[in-house]
Amino acid sequence: MSEAIPQSPPRVRATAKWPGLTVLAVVLLVLPFLAGNDYHYDLMIKIALTAGVAVGLNLLVGYAGQISLGHAAFYAAGAYGSALLVSHYEITPVPAMLLAAVGVAVLAWLVGRPILHLKGHYLSMATLGLGVIAAIVINNEDQLTGGPDGLTVAPLSVFGHELSVFGSYQLFGLTISGTQVWYGIAAGFLFLSVVFALNLIDSPLGRALRALHGSEIAAQVAGVDTAKFKLRVFVISAVYASLAGSLYGYYGGFITPNIASFTHSIELITIVVLGGMASTYGVILGAVILLLIPQFLTGFQELEMVLFGAILMAVMIFMPRGLVPTLARRFQKEAP
Amino acid sequence: MTALLSVDNLGKEFGGVHAVEDLSFQVEKGRIHSIIGPNGAGKTTLFNLITGLYQPTSGSVHLNGRSLAGHQPHELAPLGMCRTFQNLQICMNMTALENVMLGRHRHLKQGTFTSLFKLPALRRADQQCREECAELMEFVGCGQYIRHHASAMPYGALKRLEIARALAASPDILLLDEPAAGLNRTETDALREVIRKIADRGITVVLVEHDMKLVMSISDQVLVLCYGRKLAEGTPEEIRANPDVIDAYLGNRHSREEATA
Repeated sequence: MSEAIPQSPPRVRATAKWPGLTVLAVVLLVLPFLAGNDYHYDLMIKIALTAGVAVGLNLLVGYAGQISLGHAAFYAAGAYGSALLVSHYEITPVPAMLLAAVGVAVLAWLVGRPILHLKGHYLSMATLGLGVIAAIVINNEDQLTGGPDGLTVAPLSVFGHELSVFGSYQLFGLTISGTQVWYGIAAGFLFLSVVFALNLIDSPLGRALRALHGSEIAAQVAGVDTAKFKLRVFVISAVYASLAGSLYGYYGGFITPNIASFTHSIELITIVVLGGMASTYGVILGAVILLLIPQFLTGFQELEMVLFGAILMAVMIFMPRGLVPTLARRFQKEAP
Repeated sequence: MTALLSVDNLGKEFGGVHAVEDLSFQVEKGRIHSIIGPNGAGKTTLFNLITGLYQPTSGSVHLNGRSLAGHQPHELAPLGMCRTFQNLQICMNMTALENVMLGRHRHLKQGTFTSLFKLPALRRADQQCREECAELMEFVGCGQYIRHHASAMPYGALKRLEIARALAASPDILLLDEPAAGLNRTETDALREVIRKIADRGITVVLVEHDMKLVMSISDQVLVLCYGRKLAEGTPEEIRANPDVIDAYLGNRHSREEATA
């Protein structure tokens, strides 16, 4: 142990985030040129919104080590909440979306606060219950939510401009369709989701979260109030889901109780597990794969749930770290 | 001089087994205070009681005159107490430097919005923290691993890393639980120097250790535990000459004579 002690403090820098973000931005900008029709756009918009939710959920699952089986409930609360605020209280769509997110944050805080003081996976039980209750409420309160028949949602309007899928808009002399505008919104949402998630992970707050996963005792001894931090990230991940849900409602113009279903929650968890826990870019790939699969299964829709289950099991058995971290490790080993 | 850490009539029962029983001792500021004893003497239990991982069955612990009763483990770092573990508690999902930076947790801002937007104030504070923690890694002698991932470090270096993390919290008192366990002679000698340097910084050190050579060469005060009770307390010289301690470690005189007869 005779290494020379440098006189000046060692220069150490944070890992740069721009390479990853640049690649993501380029991919998001290039994709529209590959899209042939509105159906492709529709798929990309849905993938981007779901990927945004997964990036948020990954903060909870991959970094804080807690599992939520009820994120569909937060997604649905965002979608129904903002739709109802617009139709019943005549609030404009953007503030309605933010209000719904605040409501979801409060809901998540109320559910998480008593539970996250307990050790173990009680949060998954509680969120499972929450998800079931949310689905029942949406199905039965048909006066308000339209019940199983669904609910029509007013389109998003920004500064008095309605952004409908069916519209056509002029931007810098170019004519772009409503679908293309919505692709921009969804891609922007995903990009910002990733930026915020990466910021969070690399902050002192994020270190505390990762430490919870690494060694909860070490985190505690360093002064991390573990219950408080788990609760905070649970609320953040719920807000991600709520915002994506609101956008989904405005985009589609019509929402059904299906978005609150247990199947949807499982789909979100499967995306995180498949893409790679604690890998922000991995879960985006997870969302792409899992949402593309049903496109090849048209006519066999009942197989979807079976397939998700099979994927979940296979990933857990063969690559418990998830797709992207496993592949990354393999490449690193092969590199000289 | 008043005691920095004061343990009074402390007791802990695990279903009828007295792991620690009626134990009182005081640690003075700026000292290196070692706790030794045969396996199962209750040393680690004592550490867990002091640091709030266990709640005592009886008695009390005071730090700087403040009772630690009912404190959660995470509330002790702000009071100036930090510790390491016999079985390493390193976050293997983080880099070496991030592990040390975790130790500075309580000195950094963690607002949700500040973190999400990564405001410049947070960025600067974090960069300063990064440099300070790199210096701490140099200080404990694992500077060559600053750019490594924790999972890529050898055992001996991880033990130092844990010390660096505890120091990052800038504690008044540092509890080291068997820091030399699993280290070879050279590494232990280097560790001795690190502990000396820590004490020179004015940090009080409480050391649980099996390595007698290390304990006897470095301690100001030694406490000997046996079956959860205090067997002896004094300077290393006094402990070395204490017949009760010799009995506890080597068997009592009667059985020794029988064995040699």
